[in-house]
Amino acid sequence: MAFPLLLPTWAMIGIFLLLPVILMAIYSFLTKEFRGGVVWEFSLAAYDQFFVNRGLFGDEPATLEWTYIGIFWRSIWQAIVATTICLLIGFPTAWFIATRAPTTRGVWLFLITIPYWVNLLIRTVSLKFLIRDNGPLNEFLMGLGVIDSPLPLVNTNLAVQLGLFYSYLPFMVLPIYAAVERYDFAYSEAAADLYASRWVIMREIIMPIVKPGIIAGCILVFVPSLGAFLAPDLLGGAKTFMIGSLIEEQFRGSLGNWPFGAAVSMILMSLVLMALLFYARSMAREGTR
Amino acid sequence: MKGVRHYPGFLSITLLCLVVLYGPLLVVTAYSFNGSTSITQWGGFSLRWYIDVFTGPEAPRFRSAAWNSLTIAIMAAISATMIATAAALAMMRAGRFRGKSLTFALINLPLMVPEIVTAVATLIFFSMIGLTTGYLTILLAHITFCIPFAYLPIAARLQGIDDSYEQAARDLYASRTQSFFLILLPLMAPGVISGFLLAFIISLDDFIITNFVKGAGMETLPTAIFGSVKLGIKPNIMAISTLMLGVSVLFVTLSYLINRKGRQSP
Amino acid sequence: MKRLAFATALLATPAFADGELKIYHWFDYIPQELVDKFTAETGIAVTIDTYDSNEAMLASLKAGKMGQYDVAVPGDYMVQIMGNEGLLDSFAPTDLSNFGNIDPKWVDVPFDPGRKSSIPYQWGSTAFSVNRDVYKGDIDTLAIVFDPPAELSGKINALDSQGEVLALGSMYLGMPQCNSDRTQLKALSDMLLNAKTHWASFGSDTAKDVLVSGDAAAGMIYNGFSARARAEGANVEYAYPKEGFVVWMDNVVLLKDAPNRDNALKFMNFLLVPENAAAVTNHAAYTSGVMGVEPFLDDAIKNSPENNPPASAPAGEFIAVCDEPTQKLYDAIWTNLKK
Repeated sequence: MAFPLLLPTWAMIGIFLLLPVILMAIYSFLTKEFRGGVVWEFSLAAYDQFFVNRGLFGDEPATLEWTYIGIFWRSIWQAIVATTICLLIGFPTAWFIATRAPTTRGVWLFLITIPYWVNLLIRTVSLKFLIRDNGPLNEFLMGLGVIDSPLPLVNTNLAVQLGLFYSYLPFMVLPIYAAVERYDFAYSEAAADLYASRWVIMREIIMPIVKPGIIAGCILVFVPSLGAFLAPDLLGGAKTFMIGSLIEEQFRGSLGNWPFGAAVSMILMSLVLMALLFYARSMAREGTR
Repeated sequence: MKGVRHYPGFLSITLLCLVVLYGPLLVVTAYSFNGSTSITQWGGFSLRWYIDVFTGPEAPRFRSAAWNSLTIAIMAAISATMIATAAALAMMRAGRFRGKSLTFALINLPLMVPEIVTAVATLIFFSMIGLTTGYLTILLAHITFCIPFAYLPIAARLQGIDDSYEQAARDLYASRTQSFFLILLPLMAPGVISGFLLAFIISLDDFIITNFVKGAGMETLPTAIFGSVKLGIKPNIMAISTLMLGVSVLFVTLSYLINRKGRQSP
Repeated sequence: MKRLAFATALLATPAFADGELKIYHWFDYIPQELVDKFTAETGIAVTIDTYDSNEAMLASLKAGKMGQYDVAVPGDYMVQIMGNEGLLDSFAPTDLSNFGNIDPKWVDVPFDPGRKSSIPYQWGSTAFSVNRDVYKGDIDTLAIVFDPPAELSGKINALDSQGEVLALGSMYLGMPQCNSDRTQLKALSDMLLNAKTHWASFGSDTAKDVLVSGDAAAGMIYNGFSARARAEGANVEYAYPKEGFVVWMDNVVLLKDAPNRDNALKFMNFLLVPENAAAVTNHAAYTSGVMGVEPFLDDAIKNSPENNPPASAPAGEFIAVCDEPTQKLYDAIWTNLKK
């Protein structure tokens, strides 16, 4: 039964993405063509550049290169924070929507997705406009007398996190909603009859049941935030590379080093792949238990 | 027993969400009525940018871009949702099979590949196999990267549905097809709807991949407005965005009314 | 007519290539009225695709878009790079009846000597602007952005563009571009790392917006962009620093494998008519490379302080195209600056 149902997926992703990605994997082992492009000659230069530091002029003793590892670490940390914020805010929202009357749930879902009819770039720029030093938010807060001087938000990590939250919120809310919606409140009632508190019910009964939705939401927020570059660039001031902007620079920017861009992508993908396979294996084990 | 459904603070968090989501859109809408050309100056209330969108020199370009964007997003989201539903059924209902973990990885591949790499690699691939870039190549690329966005909510939903429902239906001599369409699909509906909506907004939003795989003269809304936004948004872009919002609100209101009417007269 | 435009937009590749022209251009860099005028004069239907940086254009051409476009509008150094890569076709000066309209000083340019593949489009300079409400002192030195006074520290936007930042930095330290001297490059790198502590953000496309909104009080910027910031109400002054500044020129190039080569040449010839070149300048607020445009220019653009350097200003320099080993050093400095 599995084969015919999976055929369309294998065909679409296999042909239109896996083959191109294999090509990129090959590119990462080729010689770079100056200013973009590749020369078909085997080379480990891209991986060498990633892991080995030989100083600015390439004649110092080889040591481990921390530059790119640092960029990875920073991006991963940022994605973890963004995912956590989305979860903390997205879960209650999804729960709230799922507990509305069936006729109004659809309206709430659309309310969450309507803003995404406006392009991400415009949303991000508008957000920046809203939170800038003499923007409406600060003027409003100062008018209320909550603060005396403008909150410095633009070009901070906080702004980047806000931007990522804004970019990816529905990707957390919708899968969780899909999982919570089928939750049978008879369980909660039974537990409440046995004097379990709301939060105990949440932790012990609801969480395990809606876990697939939470994990799906976390994957959908975490993985894209890893490679995000619009929010870090526009809201964070682009003072440091993130994985996304580092790769972007290699293809569309002045660094123009395709094999290196491909190699960084391959390393990133291997990390994500390992995490996903680990998750898939543990789910499979859980299934057979 | 409404009490067990209610958690204190969840309503406030939801409202906070809406404030964050809609705050910047208020800026967009307000400045679409700005008489001046600059986003940072208020030049008085004016409808000139709406007139510009419909009759200005770039009107035909924007019109075809909006049309392309909407048709591609709808077709890509429908196709991706169907493909993802089939995949989710196989992954969640067929037990263990060889290559299951690898298939899971493959389904999520579009999420893992950085967008710019997908863009460059796909364009190279298309030109290698001699496919002319145009509407079709955009659609193919969009269906592909929409699949995981549709798959994950659907699979999450399906994972929680006990297969005893289908078993019962089969025991009552329902065919596989009948048990799917009459029993399982209605149960899966919230997952399918969530998956479709995510696929739709992802397709509508994509710039980088589209920009690479589109043919000359082919525009979607993001590619038509990207340069302008980068150089500082002009109010006509704000007007287009507001119109898009209007279309979506209209769409939602209509579906709500139809839905309610359907329920009133069964 | 609108229905027709709509139908052609839907069809990916029209079967006939006669009477068509495909332009790969910067966003919002040519007035639609001028394109319509070209179509009215010649009957050639024009399709314009846009890009947002020289490098983005190069990447998509190299990834498979060669043969789709007839002309593109790369900046000076990019013309040279594209020429080296064999992406450009060439023409004879006699192919363009208006070739003689090109300002003689822009014919023998280092990036395309004798103009074999390109014609000038617009040129301008890159330096920096300062908000005069915030800082009132002298601004004729690059120290304003690299070693700023206290009023400006932490309120500076740098261009997010390797070529311009490193070229300006080299000028500030009085070194040549494409330098491979160890101690000098080390000094350049250290100077930039120190300067970065005074910078609020990196951004090229946002360079104007941050000045207008007040997010930045000073910023590296292109002259025409600064003029637009001023027009939008920011009290900014564009500086022509004494150490030097970057001059750039965008050029219309004839692409290799152009599907409509003849029409491309007609278009290039059309752009060399002074009235048409002036229309572009009035739109983009830079300077044309064509002689005789003055009668057609708007006064505001002709007399703008951004387009008319003071007599004391030094000559600007194009960004040099380095060889591969040298470029690698500059790439490493840039990566290190943003790591």
